[in-house]
Amino acid sequence: MKIKGEILPREERPELDVQSIRADFPALRQLVYGKPLVYLDNAATSQKPQRVIDALVGFYTNDCSNVHRGVHLLSERATRAYEDTRAKVKCFINASDEKEIVFVRGTTEGINLVAQSYARPRLQPGDEILISAMEHHSNIVPWQIICGEKDARLRIIPMNDRGELKLDEYGALLGPRTRLVSVAHVSNALGTVNPVRRIIELAHERSIPVLLDGAQAVPHMRVDVAQLDCDFYAFSGHKMYGPTGVGILYGKQRLLEAMPPYQGGGDMISSVTFEKTTYNRLPYKFEAGTPNIAAGIALGAAIDFLQDIGMDRIAAYEHGVLRYATEAFAGIPGVRLIGTAKEKAGVLSFVVDGVHPHDVGTILDQEGIAIRTGHHCAQPVMDFFNLPATARASLALYNTCEEIDALVAGIRKVTEVFS
Amino acid sequence: MPDLRELYQQVILDHHKKPRNCRRPEHANKHADGFNPLCGDKITVFIQIEDGIVRDIAFQGSGCAISTASASMMTESLKGKSETEVARIFESFHNLVTGKTPAEADTTGLGKLAVFSGVREYPVRVKCATLAWHTMRAALQGSEETVATE
Repeated sequence: MKIKGEILPREERPELDVQSIRADFPALRQLVYGKPLVYLDNAATSQKPQRVIDALVGFYTNDCSNVHRGVHLLSERATRAYEDTRAKVKCFINASDEKEIVFVRGTTEGINLVAQSYARPRLQPGDEILISAMEHHSNIVPWQIICGEKDARLRIIPMNDRGELKLDEYGALLGPRTRLVSVAHVSNALGTVNPVRRIIELAHERSIPVLLDGAQAVPHMRVDVAQLDCDFYAFSGHKMYGPTGVGILYGKQRLLEAMPPYQGGGDMISSVTFEKTTYNRLPYKFEAGTPNIAAGIALGAAIDFLQDIGMDRIAAYEHGVLRYATEAFAGIPGVRLIGTAKEKAGVLSFVVDGVHPHDVGTILDQEGIAIRTGHHCAQPVMDFFNLPATARASLALYNTCEEIDALVAGIRKVTEVFS
Repeated sequence: MPDLRELYQQVILDHHKKPRNCRRPEHANKHADGFNPLCGDKITVFIQIEDGIVRDIAFQGSGCAISTASASMMTESLKGKSETEVARIFESFHNLVTGKTPAEADTTGLGKLAVFSGVREYPVRVKCATLAWHTMRAALQGSEETVATE
């Protein structure tokens, strides 16, 4: 029997050459207050590997120009690199066509796009949008806005005390007025991996489309939109080792074709007169204005980075670290995990008896350990567990079991200070 | 490197564990709510003021060690003070935790509140220390709106 919190023997450790992966991340080499940085705030944003940084610098150094416009060489190079990312995303999530890959600023914009362009024109008074009890504010507020405007109802799939959705109640909530289901693939506050395949099947039995918020899933597991059969899938570049300011909305071509543009401007048109504008074809119809070109190109580098390692290996490795951490946490008196679903990825939300998460965060910071404290943009989740906030350690592929040991030692220090 | 013991001094930890005046006073004639959306701290400050003198002051809410201790020690230091004195102490405390007062300055006027001088080394925690104070000021001014520190 292994003692809780002890380092696992080598043969039990998940396989991945983490040290060489870590060497690829310049930010991980720094000391914080004289101690090695232990970065465990990856659900907020991940650090960036050298090749992503190089792609950003490379664009601004050599290829800086606008896309889809110039006849000159620089614009051609920029356009090619930017469109290469679209092709990489298509393969990465197994979409059937590049037309289905829309560049957005991030998950939030992807969800807002679906709310404004898909749901808004369709919603009638009394119609319903279905979300879950564990959503990030970005998958609550856009729906509240259009439901308020259209006199529609926002309904909530409940969850149990472990942070798992109640599928039976979900089934009962799907009704003749349900126009769309929008749920997190993985919860940012609890780490729950939702049974999205089943959620989609049940919705499709009633011909209801489903949007998945994939912000916390894409960095941690293989995502296959064809196999999931989801109608929309939104995710952010910066949580998957790419830059901030770029994200992807995947949508089934049939649905995207039928949707009006989200914003008007350059690039989304094929011709404009003062009398009439003809919109551009997919996916450009949804890409008004000059995009974040450098970030788009660098997102391609992030996808290369992930695919070189392999999503299944990443998932297996991170799962091992998560299991190790979960066991180690069980051995610390006065510490309770929030979110204990059977299927989890990447997130350890916790509370320490008698110590506010903010104090936990400050003390861990002094040990060089970066975590997030607060409501994680999921206030309804905090209300459900009757907590003002939690502390959250969230994993990336470069985290190690030794870093979990440092976290555990840091939490013991917290309990000492407050003993 | 800031020293954690400067932030979490014994007197702060003591007030966190056993907050003073954590109640709803019967004769309060002023109150206000405060909220720090960053960390979820919530507080209500109650004041009984008569002839410009704080006869009673108390608070209820939930928060971190710094915000709870600050609220607790604020109530102790303001009871019996005139509104003018309250304004002066507010100003001195605010200057102390935001670092406007030089570290070596004389803080004897603040009494026990001087233990919060360590907060200045932790910029993200300043709002924890000042939440109760801003809420207290809003109560005195009769503000209906929830005080938010963001």
